[in-house]
Amino acid sequence: MRKQKIGYVDLTTGEIEKQDIPQSIRRKYLGGRGLDMFLLYNHVKPGCDPLGPDNVFVISAGLLSGTPSPSPSRFHCGAKSPLTGFIGSSNSGGYFSPELRFAGFDHLVVKGKADKPVYLWVHDGEIEIRDASPIWGHDTIATQQMIRDDLNDQQVKSACIGQAGENLVRFANVRTGAKNAAGRTGIGAVMGSKKLKAVAARGTLGVELAHPEEALRLYEEKIRKVLKSKATRAIQEYGTMVVFNTSNTAGQIRVRNFQTNTLDHAEQLEPEYMYENFTIGMAGCFGCPIHCRHKYIVPEGPFAGIYTEGPEYTTLGAFGTEFGVRRLETVLQGNYLANIYGFDTLEFGSMASWAIELYEKGLIDDKITGGLKLEWDDEKTIFELVDQVVFRRGLGDILAEGPERAIKKLGEDTRYYNINIKGMSNLHSDERAIPSFALGIGTATRGSDHLRSRPVIDLFNLPTKVLRNHYGFDVVNDYSAYKTKGKVIWWHETYNPVTDSLGICRIGTITFSLNRLGFQDYVELIRVMTDMEFTPEELQQIGERIYTLERLFNIREGASRKDDYPPERYFVEPTPAGLAKNRGKKIDREKYDMMLDENYEMHGWDKNGIPRQETLEKLGLDKEPSHIL
Amino acid sequence: MQKMILVDATKCTGCRACELVCSVRNERIANPARSRVHIIRFDSTVFEVPMLCQQCVSAPCIAICPVKALSRDKESGVVNVNYDLCIGCKMCMVICPFGGVGFDPVSKKIFKCDQCGGDPTCVKFCETKALQYVDVTAISLRKAWEHAQKLSKVIREFTREPLPK
Repeated sequence: MRKQKIGYVDLTTGEIEKQDIPQSIRRKYLGGRGLDMFLLYNHVKPGCDPLGPDNVFVISAGLLSGTPSPSPSRFHCGAKSPLTGFIGSSNSGGYFSPELRFAGFDHLVVKGKADKPVYLWVHDGEIEIRDASPIWGHDTIATQQMIRDDLNDQQVKSACIGQAGENLVRFANVRTGAKNAAGRTGIGAVMGSKKLKAVAARGTLGVELAHPEEALRLYEEKIRKVLKSKATRAIQEYGTMVVFNTSNTAGQIRVRNFQTNTLDHAEQLEPEYMYENFTIGMAGCFGCPIHCRHKYIVPEGPFAGIYTEGPEYTTLGAFGTEFGVRRLETVLQGNYLANIYGFDTLEFGSMASWAIELYEKGLIDDKITGGLKLEWDDEKTIFELVDQVVFRRGLGDILAEGPERAIKKLGEDTRYYNINIKGMSNLHSDERAIPSFALGIGTATRGSDHLRSRPVIDLFNLPTKVLRNHYGFDVVNDYSAYKTKGKVIWWHETYNPVTDSLGICRIGTITFSLNRLGFQDYVELIRVMTDMEFTPEELQQIGERIYTLERLFNIREGASRKDDYPPERYFVEPTPAGLAKNRGKKIDREKYDMMLDENYEMHGWDKNGIPRQETLEKLGLDKEPSHIL
Repeated sequence: MQKMILVDATKCTGCRACELVCSVRNERIANPARSRVHIIRFDSTVFEVPMLCQQCVSAPCIAICPVKALSRDKESGVVNVNYDLCIGCKMCMVICPFGGVGFDPVSKKIFKCDQCGGDPTCVKFCETKALQYVDVTAISLRKAWEHAQKLSKVIREFTREPLPK
């Protein structure tokens, strides 16, 4: 069987090298996020400047990307994060990941820095460095088309950066297609610092399958399983926006930065309103039957009439509730700007709404805002700040630096109001009433983020017997409880890296529903597609290995237990609104510590969150970094 | 009864599962480049359009083939390739107005849709039914129904007359 390779590219010298991936490494890390972590831990010099030539940019496809598996569309990219200084890791759907595999590569490792703008052209076993000078300065949509025209091939798929990445906005993302984005941790700024405008791929080699005759039968079986879940059906209809109604009503959402937890009269932000008034169809990523992306036409503003896709649930908060905005039209415009400029909507929403609260409280004045009056529910404020951030002007130039650096510039007394963990802003959700969610964003290796573990199923009050059957240990089926939640988060922290390493989308996995694909399903898929045999326990151990390696990366950069806590406001201010179960809630520090201890213990880490020697030996990480491949 | 793979581009989500399963079924590899169907996707417009061999009645590929390697199956109406005769000149590929004929760089042969011998795999895996396998004679009436439905809605809105009880 022909196998996909790793390509090493040095942009300073122009050297390109191709290597096979040893089977032993495959078995330990699978691909995608897992193998990227191995590469980053070995190739990134500790303490290096994330925006300097010593940082390493990796981009990869999952082990099942491009194969007949449910939702196998995710590519992963990583580096030392310019936002947090810890591990940078983000993934995205679309069509790039399979195309990279069809072109013969699973992983690309990009080092150094080009002296003029370039893009990588990856095709049928070859990698070329090409001039991107004419493309530099263009947005993500134009960039992808210009690359297709440059190569005279309309089937080329690119992962690229927009103006935000070029201008080193520390939360610039990596974009592909009309809307797909590897949003978090600012990997786009790393590409920008290397003068790497895009990675373009086109392949006709395909992915060879170990048992093609079984593959289609299994594909059908697993698709049926994913579609049987009602949560999947709801997402097919409304996309991830479907979560908004319940979370807003319940009081689990950030409003006006972090001042209240439910936005009244937000009918226009409901997915039904989107669907009836703006959605003109749904789009699906490669090989995915769920098709959760809304297609729409920008309804108003300077870009009215242009086709685009989105927004996701998180963007409803980032351009909506966090600013106290109730008009979907505003969110749809903001979403389009994020799409073309290539920045992380979550980080922008949090940073900009923080600035507005600071202005409201008199912690920053007109001198700092350059005369701009920062107001809630005001389109002018929002879009002016977008422009300032992307093109690094005025206050936006400070916000573009991300939480830690902006706090240093605006004063230590502004820290209390910034909602970030490990230097990455939280999404628009309020976790004060849900201890498991709070722990999840606290321990998340890439900073405050829901996609490292969030167990949405924790909200559903499922029968304890069902939960026991699934997790293998007793779980308190009440989302306001602290007990056993350290273990629950541990389970998801070991499960999510496996799916990310396979290139499988979170939407098709156990997050919203237990009726999705578990370790056993992935064991079957991996065997049929690649002939690698695993047990479910071995897969979970791989997840543990990947998560612990990310932890080691952060520890090497100075992280410890102190970085695993939600912002101070979570412990001090009770939630003012929402349903009774969510009202008047704050996180209890003592109980949070108990969850944290429990979580560390399950991982085999000590009280300070440092992996114990026997844990490293058990996971085969005791010799890392090994600097061999 | 002759059947055809009916394309409804308005239902296509662009997921390319059809390309994927077609290549696995027919070439035993996951490789859209060797698929008989292709989704043409434009990032800047709304539509994704599945393109494949239409099994034309007056087929340019049959007409242009210099060695008569292409022929029609009388019963199913499908245009088949006789690989014993095919010389790989690619004229059929060049003349097809739909891009329905491909060239396989591995086997050095042309390939095209044969409706998987009467049970098209792409149709089976199309979640939104953008691809359907239907009786050709029934298509016009199906389209008439769909269009009439839309039209009746519009007329109702314009006339604002109450519905007949």
